Amino acid sequence: MFLVETLQLAFQTLRANKMRAILTLLGISIGVGAVIALISIGTGVRRYVTDQFTSAGTNLILVSPGRMQRGMSGGVFAQPAQLTMSDWQAVSSNVQDTLLTGVAFNRSTTILYAGKQSAVTVNGVTPSVAEINNWTVSAGRFLDEADTSSRARVIVLGTSVVKDLFDDGDDPVGQTVRINGLTFRVIGTLNSKGSSFLGDQDAIAFTPITTAQERLFGTLSVGNNGERLISTMYLQAVDDAHRAGVQTQAINVLADKRKIAPGEANDFTVISQTELVNSFGVILSALTIFLGAIAAISLLVGGVGIMNIMLVSVTERTREIGLRKAIGAKSNAILNQFLVEAVVLSLIGGVVGIGIGIAGAALATQLAGIAAIVEPGPIALAVGFSTLVGLFFGLWPARRASRLNPIEALRFE
Amino acid sequence: MTMTAASAAPVIDALDLTKTYTIGENVVRALQGATLKIYPGDLLAIMGPSGSGKSTLMNILGCLDQPTSGTYRLDGVDVKGLKDDQLAEVRNHKIGFVFQSFNLLRRTNALNNVEQPLIYGGVNARERRTRALAALEAVGLGQRWRHAANELSGGQQQRVAIARALVSEPAIILADEPTGNLDSKSGAEIMCLFQRLNEEKGITIIFVTHDPRIAGHCRRIIRISDGKIVADEVNPSPLQACSDIPEA
Ligand SMILES: Nc1ncnc2c1ncn2[C@@H]1O[C@H](COP(=O)(O)OP(=O)(O)O)[C@@H](O)[C@H]1O
Ligand SMILES: [Mg+2]
Repeated sequence: MFLVETLQLAFQTLRANKMRAILTLLGISIGVGAVIALISIGTGVRRYVTDQFTSAGTNLILVSPGRMQRGMSGGVFAQPAQLTMSDWQAVSSNVQDTLLTGVAFNRSTTILYAGKQSAVTVNGVTPSVAEINNWTVSAGRFLDEADTSSRARVIVLGTSVVKDLFDDGDDPVGQTVRINGLTFRVIGTLNSKGSSFLGDQDAIAFTPITTAQERLFGTLSVGNNGERLISTMYLQAVDDAHRAGVQTQAINVLADKRKIAPGEANDFTVISQTELVNSFGVILSALTIFLGAIAAISLLVGGVGIMNIMLVSVTERTREIGLRKAIGAKSNAILNQFLVEAVVLSLIGGVVGIGIGIAGAALATQLAGIAAIVEPGPIALAVGFSTLVGLFFGLWPARRASRLNPIEALRFE
Repeated sequence: MTMTAASAAPVIDALDLTKTYTIGENVVRALQGATLKIYPGDLLAIMGPSGSGKSTLMNILGCLDQPTSGTYRLDGVDVKGLKDDQLAEVRNHKIGFVFQSFNLLRRTNALNNVEQPLIYGGVNARERRTRALAALEAVGLGQRWRHAANELSGGQQQRVAIARALVSEPAIILADEPTGNLDSKSGAEIMCLFQRLNEEKGITIIFVTHDPRIAGHCRRIIRISDGKIVADEVNPSPLQACSDIPEA
């Protein structure tokens, strides 16, 4: 018997038993749909996170106090330590191959204006930090060198701060806000970067670093050795090829300056944005695999459903099998017929599942606001897997059917 | 059509068939040396009380089972020692079965039901359809090919089953109590159909039955008891089913 005939027989049987077929199909469809939807969501989240990091700027290297370690989970955490302005001077004057460098000292505080307030991270920065981190102004101007050298009480506000403090249509530029009892003149507002898993990126305000350290935060900015503290150094390599080199230079300069003995662990961290993306990528890949595994289990359950229905069907159709053998079906013809039925069921279930999966991904996009990304790989995987499941779980019932003795099968009540 | 021609080769030539079932310590001799020849175009009944070995004999004649000893030639082919798949092929080409309970695919239409043996015989779709329609035509159901089996009356279902038995142009049709599940009118119609097919097309038909009314329509009656053939009679005046179909 040829495949065409077997397929015809399978479709005849499925058409004659629509309800049974639909119920079996449902199990597989939901499984395949879940695999596709969950993997798409996982991929979407990963893409989203990567984009967030990339929006921080390219070829960026961050230097921060404390030793960041890769934990068991691939995550990172810091141990307490302090970096100061003299560390920054050492780095900025000795590290080569950088396009831009900048430094920041930041603390969380509250900004007041006309009886309203806004919780915010005030970043005292050098003017270059805006360009390094892709911040652009929507009105007014950003900080400049003159502001730094004069420790000017000027401030640039993020959109969330503007929203908190000012009414719609009011122009913040030129207004005066208060922080810790000091007045600051608003000289510019920023374009939004949106919020991410890192929090609301727009709840931010920039002042000159000198102003933040010496006027705004006072003793809070003085380290154990009496020097002014810094939070982060930003180094932008001239191009991708120099990224690793800049990183090594920064490490060497700092280790030297801080007199860290060879073999001793550094008490600072120099990490490139690429590494940061990768370390999160590891977590997110694990997440995607985890979601996929959950979905695969549901697919397996769908497969057991197929086996169950096929087994019931073999018993239910014992007389039919006897009859088919009596009129000349060979064992293999029966085996193939049942197998093809199972595979056709799971294939159709797979195709319906693609629809469910894409719809599920679209729904998740709507609800979560993170675009789920449907890729052909997971679709092929899910449908291939479901077909294998059909084949695997269809095999046992099919073998049972093919081995029935026709005389006994015909007598079966 | 002609009566049994002594000169023609027998379509069934069985010599000293025995069948022994062993269940644990128990040995059941279901068939104890059955010898019979059946010639093409015959219409005969194998009769006997329950447990006498009718089904055992029919299973062997129908190549569903092998005898414990003895030889069996069907249409010139010695089926002894054939493997399961080879027996399936013999059944497919040389035997048409008609069962008491019809054994149709219930939710499948008449045409597809009749096509089944041709599917296993490797006949292409177009020829299958033509031949299945012709077989349905021959049993008077040409117009009803679209109907699912469970939409047809008992008599009509048995006609579909007969069409299915006919469609592969077998050497013999084996009918096991074919009227057992039918009312007397439908039963008579089915017997009429069998007699017509036998007379007009010369098809060899073997009934297995304990119903004397079926036997009364046959030209030859073989009686079996305790696994042995005890009588082999010619019925000089078979009843004509087509003329005594009761009014509805
Ligand atoms: N598969 C089997 N296993 C054991 N004994 C069987 C089997 N089939 C039939 N028999 C026995 O063989 C004898 C003949 O049975 P069977 O051919 O079915 O008779 P009939 O069809 O005339 O009623 C009975 O005693 C029955 O119990
Ligand atoms: Mg019996």
